[in-house]
Amino acid sequence: MKRYLRVIAAVWWKDVRVELRSKDIFTGMAVFAALALLILNFAFELRVPDKRMVVPGVLWVTVAFASVLGLGRAFISEKDRGSLAGLLLAPVDRSAVYFGKMLANLVFILVVELFILPLTVLFFNVSLISLPLLLVILLGTIGLAVVGTIFSALTVNTRAREVLLPILLFPIILPVLVSGIRMTIGLLEGDPLSKLGNWLQLLIIFDILYLAIAFLTFDYVVEE
Amino acid sequence: MMSHRVLTVLNLAAAAAMVGAIYMALVQAPSAINLTETDRWAQRIIYFHVPSAWLSMLAFFVTFVAAILYLVRPQPRWDILARCSAELGIAFTVGATASGSIWAKPAWNTWWTWDPRLTTYTIVLLLYIAYFMLRGAIEEPERRARFASVYSIFAFVSVPITFMSIRWWNTIHPVILDPNEDFGLGPGMTVAFVFCILAFTVLYVALLANRLRVEYTIERVAALRARLLA
Repeated sequence: MKRYLRVIAAVWWKDVRVELRSKDIFTGMAVFAALALLILNFAFELRVPDKRMVVPGVLWVTVAFASVLGLGRAFISEKDRGSLAGLLLAPVDRSAVYFGKMLANLVFILVVELFILPLTVLFFNVSLISLPLLLVILLGTIGLAVVGTIFSALTVNTRAREVLLPILLFPIILPVLVSGIRMTIGLLEGDPLSKLGNWLQLLIIFDILYLAIAFLTFDYVVEE
Repeated sequence: MMSHRVLTVLNLAAAAAMVGAIYMALVQAPSAINLTETDRWAQRIIYFHVPSAWLSMLAFFVTFVAAILYLVRPQPRWDILARCSAELGIAFTVGATASGSIWAKPAWNTWWTWDPRLTTYTIVLLLYIAYFMLRGAIEEPERRARFASVYSIFAFVSVPITFMSIRWWNTIHPVILDPNEDFGLGPGMTVAFVFCILAFTVLYVALLANRLRVEYTIERVAALRARLLA
């Protein structure tokens, strides 16, 4: 067990270190997110009575779209450098590789969200930063990273892999977006998190269930 | 592989069952009461719509089971079964959506509403279109089968969660059109309804058997060609 955790940490640290040196994923996701916010701002401005009403939707759409951009890179860069084979040849449990990669993706998306949140506050003139909302965003991001990482591995060996990832990912993660948006609406309207217990449970069940399926099926995805 | 004779019997049974289903749905079943003329005709949709919806779910369930069997024991036949059943599932999903939309126009006065069932159904359709896009993007048959199996497991598990999330979403809004109302089938209607469900199930089995036969034939031709050209 201790060895298993060490492998996870090693894979995670490898990805984080690569990212710290290249900053490919972060810059791509952050700039894309800023552009998405800008476009959504123009899409809704003057069409709704109050721009703040669309903030939950704007926030989650931006997060979902920016995430796909970063998730795609997780395995594509490994594949293009030829380091994926080395990673899979290592005499370790492959699910540990999955967890390492998933946690790295989780951190990347969370860091980008730390950039998106203040930007949304600024552009849409709404107070967003609160502990319950950060918890909701964390749980939603876990869902995105859990499903996104395994689908990233799934699409890396296909033609048109960049096109395929969002098509595979979005219909599956819809419950994450629905419950995330619903809870964000509730929290912005001043409801306490306890009143949104149903949605919180749904999100937690989603995260756990999909983590279990990914754990069970990841071996088949990277098997050569 | 199924013998030719069994297939013939199955095909004839499916044809007869479908003719019977049309008769039951349009002639034998009594008209609904308390409805306008248009709605009385529209109501007969359930003999087509509900069986189609039920079969699409059955077909995707078969795909799900075949996918698990493939991952446990990777034999091509499980993958062929999964794919053929998913194809039929898409066909029946489109059938159920289209017939539902036609019914909704007189009944709800709109072709489309973001009702939980409709929305979930649209997502199911997108899920299995994605399934075939994934299949289409992988050349190597063995890997294609493995990846498609993994994806169809994710897809099938997601359907109830998605349905639940959308239903909760909608119930918070005021419900204007309640599609969950009891249809209250009379005795004559129930007979026709059950008959149609059974007839459609026979049709599904027959279509699946024929589809599998085509696939196995394709495989045999490929094997024979490989042997001749070797």
